[in-house]
Amino acid sequence: MIRWLVGAIGLGIVAGHAAAAEPIEIGIGYLGQAGVKSKLSLIDQPAENDGIAGARLAIEDNNTTGKFLNQRFFLQEIRLKEGDDPVKAAAELAGRNGFIIADLPADALIAAADALRDRGTVLFNAGSIDDRLREQNCRANVIHVAPTRSMLADALAQYLVWKQWKRWLLVVGSHDQDKLYAEALRRAAARFGAKIVQERTFEDTGGARRTDSGVTLIQRQMPVFTQQAPAYDILVAADESEVFAAYLPYRTWDPRPVAGSAGLVPRSWDASLDQWGAIQMQNRFMKLNSRRMTALDMQAWTAVRMIGEAASRVNSGDRKAMFDFVKQPNFSVAAFKGQRLTLRDWNLQLRQPILLVDGRMVVSVSPQEGFLHQVSELDTLGFDRPETKCRLH
Amino acid sequence: MWRSYLLCGLIGWIAITAPASGFIAYVSNEKSNTVSVIDTDKWIVTKTIKVGQRPRGIEFARDGKSVLVAVGDDDKIEVIDTVTQQVVDSLPSGPDPERFTQDAAGKLLYVANENDNTVTVIDLEKRARVGEIQVGVEPEGMTLSPDGKLLINTSETTNMAHFIDTATREIVANVLVDARPRFAAFKRDSSELWVSSEIGGTVSVIDPAKRAITGKISFDIPGLRREAIQPVGIAITRDDKTAFIALGPANRVAVVDAASHSVIKYLLVGQRVWQMAFTPDEKYLLVTNGVSNDVSVIDATAQKVIKTIQVGELPWGITIAQQP
Repeated sequence: MIRWLVGAIGLGIVAGHAAAAEPIEIGIGYLGQAGVKSKLSLIDQPAENDGIAGARLAIEDNNTTGKFLNQRFFLQEIRLKEGDDPVKAAAELAGRNGFIIADLPADALIAAADALRDRGTVLFNAGSIDDRLREQNCRANVIHVAPTRSMLADALAQYLVWKQWKRWLLVVGSHDQDKLYAEALRRAAARFGAKIVQERTFEDTGGARRTDSGVTLIQRQMPVFTQQAPAYDILVAADESEVFAAYLPYRTWDPRPVAGSAGLVPRSWDASLDQWGAIQMQNRFMKLNSRRMTALDMQAWTAVRMIGEAASRVNSGDRKAMFDFVKQPNFSVAAFKGQRLTLRDWNLQLRQPILLVDGRMVVSVSPQEGFLHQVSELDTLGFDRPETKCRLH
Repeated sequence: MWRSYLLCGLIGWIAITAPASGFIAYVSNEKSNTVSVIDTDKWIVTKTIKVGQRPRGIEFARDGKSVLVAVGDDDKIEVIDTVTQQVVDSLPSGPDPERFTQDAAGKLLYVANENDNTVTVIDLEKRARVGEIQVGVEPEGMTLSPDGKLLINTSETTNMAHFIDTATREIVANVLVDARPRFAAFKRDSSELWVSSEIGGTVSVIDPAKRAITGKISFDIPGLRREAIQPVGIAITRDDKTAFIALGPANRVAVVDAASHSVIKYLLVGQRVWQMAFTPDEKYLLVTNGVSNDVSVIDATAQKVIKTIQVGELPWGITIAQQP
């Protein structure tokens, strides 16, 4: 009865002074991989703590709120080295933590989720953009905070169509992820009315990424590679493997802008975002971590904040109560994107605006004005409810 | 014939010497680092004052002799002399001040330091920091209860309204509200405290004695997606009967029956309307439209928008008082 009354009025009152009772402890695990992915641009090299730095800031933010509610949040980190077993690590984290923020490749995430299904641990996917994790491989104990590849491709396509740059030259890398990105871009083009005038493949023939004579050779290679294309407005590059895309801007045979994996890039967050109060977020992150905030950092921050938000609203550390709260229809999280972010109930994917950035500025934010939807304009990005292959059990 | 000239002259003379309201509005322009001064009889900008970086919170000092403006990126509060209309002084404020409020006597300033999760207390006579209160993440909203005993501060990311005892400077209660609270306002009779939630899209009505939410005001504008409705500034008439609420990128001000909490109508103003102030006679309500760089003038009795005045870039706060 009392609990209902409290819920009905939405109370969250406690005395400001520390209560005599011990604070409720809420443990959150972070499971990521050690080592950093090599990028073509020196400036884009991720920090060693990419992702986890965002989680650490969110723990601090949660604890600032938590001291008024007698709750304390803890982060336990495991970084997998080459050959480490993700399932074992996940099980270890699940021992002391009801929630795990995961930055893992898709298969490792699925294995971890399946291993923990009966323990009730809730995983937050902060890193993988693979659509299959939200479609045929969706899991009821995984909440997706990272955007999908299809959301990123759709965000880019909407802007290019709005701009009337509808003729695309699509250049695809030779690795699997590159092909997945190309598939998402083809789908986006068909969906929003762009035309891929030609596709070319850039083969990864190996070789050292950084050589002293690099630029002289590259500036001859790229124009030759992009010559004799049919008339096009923009070159869209699908190069998640970081082999060639960064070499394309200003080197294409025809004077054309580049988008996709270089040039105009879709992301969930960027260090240049200053709208919607984001500057406060950027300042706090810089103060704690002495570097700029990446999309992965923000994805991890948002995941930890969702847990904090649930803990505040249900005023408890009970994992099941918190998970149920996050799944109910009016749950939302504020993440400096100018509107509340909600979960798609059919696959637990966080709806979110996507930024289009050029590395120095935010050029635009999708969904673009004019792309309508009967439920939420954010659902014009990615796979929508009627298209989904996900059956959550 | 000469009688009609005399009559015209007389009417003209009366018109010229008809008492002006003598009110003046100061608007902080967050991006252009200026303050626009508006004559509320002629509805024109009469001066643009250069101030420090990122001016936001702005308020007439209690004695009316100066206007205080928080310049967040310069970590201080500047003092504008209302006679010369120039910056003449500055006060300490703690880092990154956003909004502040003064006590009734004009002796103390309570400042929200947005980057540092604190509220700083400044003694205006000593011109020094005399206290600090640790609050939630990203404090902004600041208001004192009519009896001055409570200071309410809202924290944007912690989603709370903190009740601070002004005598002890300790937090005595925290009320959890909907996402991203920005502004707090008491009714003059102290029966209700209203807190706007920008991302939550609601205004929470709180019983200040019980320290509990007793109701929520929601908004619904046909044809406009819910996410665009982002309540920020609140202004309640002195008789506690009518409230005006700025709805951000919905580009509208909601007129609300403050007793029943129901929305009477929506007034279309400029883009991204955030803050507002009444003229002292409550005849007009001026609202700042951040993205269209202008101020809308609302006839508060007729509940109609009557004018738009261009100001600087990203107008944020507004304060109106008698011209000295």
